[in-house]
Amino acid sequence: MKFGVVVFPGSNCDRDMQDALQNDLNQEVIMLWHKDKDLSMFTKDDCIVLPGGFSYGDYLRCGAISRFSPMMQSVIEFANKGGKVLGVCNGFQVLCESHLLPGVLLRNANQQFICKNVHLIGVGADRPLKIPIAHGEGRYYADDATLDKLEANNQVIYRYCNEQGEITPQANCNGAARNIAGICNEARNVFGMMPHPERATSEALGNTDGRIILQSLIMGVNAVVTEKAALVNF
Amino acid sequence: MEVTVKTAKQLRLTEEEFELIKQKLGRTPNFTELCAFSGMWSEHCSYKNSIKWLKTLPREGKKMLVKAGEENAGLMDIGDGFGVVFKIESHNHPSAIEPFQGAATGVGGIHRDIFTMGARPIASLNSLRFGNLKEAKTQHLLAGVVHGIGHYGNCFGVPTVGGEIYFEQCYHTNPLVNAMSVGIVKNGETISATAKGIGNPVFFVGSATGKDGIGGASFASADITAESAEELPAVQVGDPFQEKKLLEACLEVIRTGAVVGMQDMGAAGIICSTAEMSAKGEVGMRIDLEKVPTRQKNMKAWELLLSESQERMLMVVEKGREAEVQRVFDKWDLPCSEIGEVTNDGILRFYMHGELEAEIPANDLVLGGGAPQYTREYKEPAYFEKIKAFNADSIDVPADLKAVAEQLITIPNIANKRWVYVQYDSMVGAGTATTNTPSDAAVVIAKPTNKGLALTTDCNSRYVYAEPFTGGMIAVAEAARNIVCSGGQPLGITNCLNFGNPYDPQVYYQFVHAIKGMSEACKKFDTPVTGGNVSFYNQNPDGAVYPTPTIGMVGLLDNVNAKMTMDYKAEGDLLFLVGTSRNDINSSEYLHKIRNVEFSPAPHFDLEEEATLQNKIAELIKAGVIASAHDTSEGGLFVTLLESGFNRNLGVDVKAAKGEIRKDAYWFGEAQSRVVVSVKPDKVDAFKKVIGNHPYEQLGQVTSGAIKIDGSDWGTIQSWKEKYDTAIENLLAGHESEHALSAL
Repeated sequence: MKFGVVVFPGSNCDRDMQDALQNDLNQEVIMLWHKDKDLSMFTKDDCIVLPGGFSYGDYLRCGAISRFSPMMQSVIEFANKGGKVLGVCNGFQVLCESHLLPGVLLRNANQQFICKNVHLIGVGADRPLKIPIAHGEGRYYADDATLDKLEANNQVIYRYCNEQGEITPQANCNGAARNIAGICNEARNVFGMMPHPERATSEALGNTDGRIILQSLIMGVNAVVTEKAALVNF
Repeated sequence: MEVTVKTAKQLRLTEEEFELIKQKLGRTPNFTELCAFSGMWSEHCSYKNSIKWLKTLPREGKKMLVKAGEENAGLMDIGDGFGVVFKIESHNHPSAIEPFQGAATGVGGIHRDIFTMGARPIASLNSLRFGNLKEAKTQHLLAGVVHGIGHYGNCFGVPTVGGEIYFEQCYHTNPLVNAMSVGIVKNGETISATAKGIGNPVFFVGSATGKDGIGGASFASADITAESAEELPAVQVGDPFQEKKLLEACLEVIRTGAVVGMQDMGAAGIICSTAEMSAKGEVGMRIDLEKVPTRQKNMKAWELLLSESQERMLMVVEKGREAEVQRVFDKWDLPCSEIGEVTNDGILRFYMHGELEAEIPANDLVLGGGAPQYTREYKEPAYFEKIKAFNADSIDVPADLKAVAEQLITIPNIANKRWVYVQYDSMVGAGTATTNTPSDAAVVIAKPTNKGLALTTDCNSRYVYAEPFTGGMIAVAEAARNIVCSGGQPLGITNCLNFGNPYDPQVYYQFVHAIKGMSEACKKFDTPVTGGNVSFYNQNPDGAVYPTPTIGMVGLLDNVNAKMTMDYKAEGDLLFLVGTSRNDINSSEYLHKIRNVEFSPAPHFDLEEEATLQNKIAELIKAGVIASAHDTSEGGLFVTLLESGFNRNLGVDVKAAKGEIRKDAYWFGEAQSRVVVSVKPDKVDAFKKVIGNHPYEQLGQVTSGAIKIDGSDWGTIQSWKEKYDTAIENLLAGHESEHALSAL
């Protein structure tokens, strides 16, 4: 399995993602330029990552322009054929704007950018994960019917929770609908999340919970889930 | 239009300066030329009232890879074939008028100084000063400045890892916004801001030029008055996305090897970058101004020369390799125009559609060349009498120390600044090693090496106000102490000297003596001054701000994992104060904010004692005998003890050492050169062996959460944390806590 990380002109977590996957998780990574279109080196088992940042400045709605970039046309095609796609932060916003995932990301409830460690809990996980967030527009929103459907299909992969793993209103850092931090599509090959697992994969930073999230992407392919915290049924 | 001395005065040049210009040119300048001098000879660009004293700062060191002030930022060796590039700069005047854009472009400007040298910025810090936080004006400025810094830095993608904020009445009209950037560069990949090679093309890259920021440099060189808001066009508008692309394109184009020299356009825009690059390379330039991409129609030559539109660079390229440069900027969708060429006679000639608009020898415009340098008078400020008259015995020791402590912890200068820093992306780059394990300085991994950079900004300006010489020393000493407590070795400093009007002899006295103090301390800690900036005129009709020489210091950890942290690790660990307790409440937050004493001397400080302390702390860390280290600063020993407990919710059980020291001085005094360390019980013998004869006091031990002071129950760490965490947020939300900040 290999990873392709898309570089938009305003991406600023692209190298962090590359670092985390290559150096901390020992994966093969290919960087992809937004003006290119070629994804022929990737198979269905591979994963394209849309990293965090401000893809085209995001002075309009975040991700609204990226959707029309040449590379995104290929990524959309890749996803529709069943290829894996992960969007983190701005990448999640791009996936929603591209209609690869339902819903939208609105301005945080407090109307401010928020950067801090938060806790996430996956479905069936045995403990919460400590992962940083850094976004101004991360409040997940969809209508009730969509949210009900997401829940019924087990598509909500992460929710904001407190240190004890309880999903409470106080732990809902940005005011997201039903504390949603990350979701996947119905076919379970496209994933989006606001928190940044790539910022929590190194001992030197004092937090390696992010490895569990990225590892589960890799393990999902091999159908091996050894650590219960990673149980997100990708 | 006829140019007279009146025109010169309108452009903020003096009569003498106008005469000097005529003498240098051998004729009367035309309006465009006069504008060029006005920008270049402004205080902001020429350092005309400060350079004499700046030259007295220690500016040499073994690890310095460029001379101080020679390039856009300082460059020091960190080993493994890499260098660190860093600088701090002010954006005070724009932020006073338009806090959001003022602060945003301050951040953008300082990052450009770093990547124009070929370095990738990896961290930023900021040092902010505002008036009383209870006032609506302050809240407006704070919200705007913080939003501006976040807006620019978050999008640009460099983590904001540290800084400081103080609230004092003297900054009500003149807030201070100082931004620092730190970058990493591989040896041999640096680029100089020098124009070379006769006939080489000159390129203009980055954003198109508009009328924003025209006259910004001279705007920043005058006092702020009620009319200042009318100078709004003097404030620039930032576009962090454009700067992000400019960063990547510049670093990429440097790697082609086709770039001869590069300088960013900051204050005084095109005129400054062409003049400085030419003067340094002892060449001239012919520039065709109509080739500069503009975003407004019919811009005049003088407007093009002085515009401070953001996100622009001037680049001299090797002739014949233009296409390689063009290709990189096309890739990043950035304007890139050849606007002229390097000439051999040292003269700048600006043409507009073939018409010669200005013709000035480059050297006449610049600092170190023709720009004037003044010797200013100074005399001891009158308020010193009041400072000398202070007698601590006139202040009684309060009976209820706990009540005092509860007030102290909610003073905005002491309380948690999380309302501010959560709005900054502090973790992008995945190199911030102090997010999960805090230290006194921010520690950032110097990727791709395994080294760490310890970074801090420090200045307690009330100490400098009280005693400029001692206060200047303390600013440097505290920065070094923070670096040492985080396990780093101080490397060098950059400074941002924020003062009032230099033509006021009492203000200038503060400036001169603060510099002398800084010099002494920099020599002692072997931290040369690599560069920085001076911001005068932080003054309004009511007076000047506290003299505020902000120190930005960079330290090095050979291995980032050898970092020392400031938080207690476990219940039962023993607590020691390394250093000496003093009977001293001078200039403390306690005395100033709670006892309402405006005038008192700086707290106790002895440079020798400080250096010995820092060496001892470094030794303790290296020996591996301490579990945490945190220096005492604002709020004194009690606040220091609490702060180390917050991260893991651990408390303290401590007793004041026996002696003659008054209790308020013991717990809340701010005498310098003291560090609280925690030691695991099985390391106590080793600790005592390493500490040897150095003075220390045993304070007590770490508890599971209870706070016990001198045997009495002061509650739990959780309850103190709640007060500490929410004080600023409550103030901003309009509801004050029960411990009302009446003393503010």
